[in-house]
Amino acid sequence: MEIIENNVVNHTPIIEAESIVIRFSGDSGDGMQLTGNQFTDTAAFVGNDLSTFPDFPAEIRAPIGTTAGVSGFQVHFGSKEIFTPGDEFDVLVAMNSAALKVDLPRLKKGGIIITNIAGFDKKNLSLAGYADGINPLEDGSLNDYTVHKIDVTKLTKECLAGTGLGMKEIERSKNMFVLGLLFWMFDEPMDYTITFINEKFAKKQDIADANIKTLKAGWNFGDHTEIFASRFKVSPAKLPKGTYRNITGNHATAIGLVAASEISGLPLFLGSYPITPASDVLHELSKYKTSNVKTFQAEDEIAAICSAIGASYAGGFGVTTTSGPGMSLKTEAIGLATILEIPLLIVNIQRGGPSTGLPTKTEQSDLLQAMYGRHGEGPIPVIAASSPADCFNTIIEGSRIAIEHMTPVIVLTDGYIANGSEPWRFPTADQLPKINVKFVTEANGPDGTFLAYKRDEKLVRPWVKPGTKGLMHRIGGLEKHADTGNVSYDAKNHGIMTEIREAKIQRIADYIPLAKVECGNDKGNLLVLGWGSTDGAIKTVVHELFKEGYDVAHLHLRYLNPFPKNLGEILKNYTQVLVPEMNCGQLLKLVRAKYLVDAIPYNKVQGQPFTTSELKNKILELLK
Amino acid sequence: MSTTTETDVMPKLTAKDFASNQEVKWCPGCGDYSILKQVQTVFPDFGIPKEDIVFISGIGCAARFTYYMDTYGMHSIHGRAAAIASGVKTLNPHLSVWVVSGDGDAFSIGGNHFIHLMRKNFDLNYLVFNNQIYGLTKGQYSPTSEKGKVAKSTPYGSVEEPFNPAELALGAKSTFVSRSLDRDPKHMQMVLKRANEHKGTSFVEIYQNCPVFNDGTYFAFSEKETKKEQAIFVEQGKPLVFGATEDKGIKFDGLHPIIVNLNETGVSVNDLWIHDEKDKTKASILTRFADNEFKGESFPRPFGVFYQEERSTCEEAIENQIKELTARKGKPSLDKILSGDKTWTIL
Repeated sequence: MEIIENNVVNHTPIIEAESIVIRFSGDSGDGMQLTGNQFTDTAAFVGNDLSTFPDFPAEIRAPIGTTAGVSGFQVHFGSKEIFTPGDEFDVLVAMNSAALKVDLPRLKKGGIIITNIAGFDKKNLSLAGYADGINPLEDGSLNDYTVHKIDVTKLTKECLAGTGLGMKEIERSKNMFVLGLLFWMFDEPMDYTITFINEKFAKKQDIADANIKTLKAGWNFGDHTEIFASRFKVSPAKLPKGTYRNITGNHATAIGLVAASEISGLPLFLGSYPITPASDVLHELSKYKTSNVKTFQAEDEIAAICSAIGASYAGGFGVTTTSGPGMSLKTEAIGLATILEIPLLIVNIQRGGPSTGLPTKTEQSDLLQAMYGRHGEGPIPVIAASSPADCFNTIIEGSRIAIEHMTPVIVLTDGYIANGSEPWRFPTADQLPKINVKFVTEANGPDGTFLAYKRDEKLVRPWVKPGTKGLMHRIGGLEKHADTGNVSYDAKNHGIMTEIREAKIQRIADYIPLAKVECGNDKGNLLVLGWGSTDGAIKTVVHELFKEGYDVAHLHLRYLNPFPKNLGEILKNYTQVLVPEMNCGQLLKLVRAKYLVDAIPYNKVQGQPFTTSELKNKILELLK
Repeated sequence: MSTTTETDVMPKLTAKDFASNQEVKWCPGCGDYSILKQVQTVFPDFGIPKEDIVFISGIGCAARFTYYMDTYGMHSIHGRAAAIASGVKTLNPHLSVWVVSGDGDAFSIGGNHFIHLMRKNFDLNYLVFNNQIYGLTKGQYSPTSEKGKVAKSTPYGSVEEPFNPAELALGAKSTFVSRSLDRDPKHMQMVLKRANEHKGTSFVEIYQNCPVFNDGTYFAFSEKETKKEQAIFVEQGKPLVFGATEDKGIKFDGLHPIIVNLNETGVSVNDLWIHDEKDKTKASILTRFADNEFKGESFPRPFGVFYQEERSTCEEAIENQIKELTARKGKPSLDKILSGDKTWTIL
């Protein structure tokens, strides 16, 4: 690893900051995601707690320079615990006029703007939709902010002149200049990124050298020029002791599946069809083929789930990953798995809907679909992850329920936590729970017959692998006799089977933890009841207000079907129950229906997560 | 899973061993009965233990087949049997997998899965009972019904061009394309055996009579009076000969087939088209015999194995890739996967 030497003594004062939010914003081709990720990894490496929020358009390359093509990456890092990517930015990096236009509204008053003035020429200003002759960098409209106008493009070109690289390659390095400058501003080491560049361009040394040279040029620019009045230092966070890695929700989902396979001893089969924002799980899992994992990119969403059903039927652990539109296509097959009563994990990484909706934006609007989106009475368990790292735990738990209770299970995550990342104090393999698999190999009926739907104390039917001698039997989508599993059109039997399928899912409540209020008093005025990715925002606000003496508590649900057995009791302990959701009130409907609690909705359906300030205002309004 | 030793000492099974205890509920006279019988008749010869056989079906009259075989089986949802079978075979390549489908199930609702299954080439068998009608929904035209078909939903005749399943399978890169018919038990048994022997996806189209909604559709090819003139049974290495007295042959005139009269002077059997299952060009012409598209001439309907190709199977390719990767990279420990490459420790 290279040591960075600073020969020049720079006198820019370093200010200690508790937490900082930086928004990297530029054209889709400007490399903002990579820049943001590198900054994040470095901050994680030096021990900051953090939360990230990649926010990019659905188009791969929208017209250059337009607001439609702006790609953002937000990182919130601090020396305290961080649960959200932050409402407003302290620093906005705007690589062009469109980026400034899109993201300026959420820059804190007095915040810092770092611009590449090459992105503010006449053409760019016009593409971004500024009126003719208007340049925000020059018209005084940014007087409330500290603006650094840097010709990043020109400086990068000068830095790489004579390297023999083409203009395209040189232009592509300009994000490294900005990254170097940001590292200097926040007193973060460059080593991590230098190692990354050397690994990434191991076979293209000239490109690696150019990137590193530009990175250092960015650092030196900060160090040598005296345009910056101050630098910032964010000390390591006081996180619990242990070893950490940074992880996104989709990555955690993928390795959660590998782990579930290992602790159950079942070969893993993923049937999936590419869809935003779920594809990364397929990509990631495809790398683990030597770990008893088979991934299958199916011809469509239906084939994806059906192949997974086939794999589970053959004695493996079938999984399918998708997002909203894919969920709709899989619906009939989920019904099949429900009546077959075989293990199956369906991961829905929710996005804005209906229809194609907002593919790259987040929403929690598939909860009722997960609960009820099947024809006929088709109950299945539904659980949800609350943060990027929590995707791992939720996948393990969903797998356990699917396998031990012989049922399809829907795991809900969403685009926000799927793409966002946070430090994860990962477990060791021996700390993971076991998943118990019972393959039946002996006859269980009278006279050596096999009863495919005879149930145990959990109401779970036997799982038999094809290839097991003497237990040949047929299962299918037609209603089946309550014991034998043979086709039955008997009216009463259908009633019995309907009730059993429901009772079997409800019985899972005996095998999951009770709900627990995470913060606040056990009884009181206001309970904030959340599920899924709103956890970070709710946690931040409730912690703060409770500390300030407000009578507010937070309960976050992982288990949505069945609910934990004590949920109804808990809800009755509070005068008010607030349910913030990124939908029109779906959990709200469920708790109102089940517990007859007059819960209060708080909804946001804008493709963006809750900000802590809007949530705080809502809570304070109720606490008046 | 049974070991080889167990298989060796296993007494030979009979057709009856493959019959489940479920009552068969097809309409009286349905062609499906014959197909079930032929399958149960040839299976003992395959020497596969019953527990290693899996039938997967979708929806339709044909799909009920699964319930009548005393093997493992899943009667699933409409059109999706191919996708389910892909998962079964990928997870456990050792199993002998048989998909049973109908013309609506395979080519309409399951059309997408069908073409992709053909190209992927898992080692499994795909039987389509083609009766050119929707039976279980009581008589609508199907994607194989002839143009002009008068059925429940087409009282004035269907306006659509039908699929030719064998041509479709070939176009989708199937490695085994064949056709048989319910009323020729011996021929069907032969084709089923060939399908079982083929390593890859074996596509078997079986012309099946629906006595209720489409009676007699294939009688021209199955009944004594017309069969010899209207059907041709191809065999590997044999010339294409048909006719009441085996008096007709098919030969090539440039790129087109023509029918010749073998009784005419100057016409010899030696000049005829010799059937070659490995020849895709010939197979593509043979499968199109149904369409009368060669100079307007009416050709006999072909039966038999039209095309057979050795190609690595999908499950084999998956296994080989895993083996190769494991040899090269090894299996990472779960701890290594959990930690990833970049970690930091807080003391």
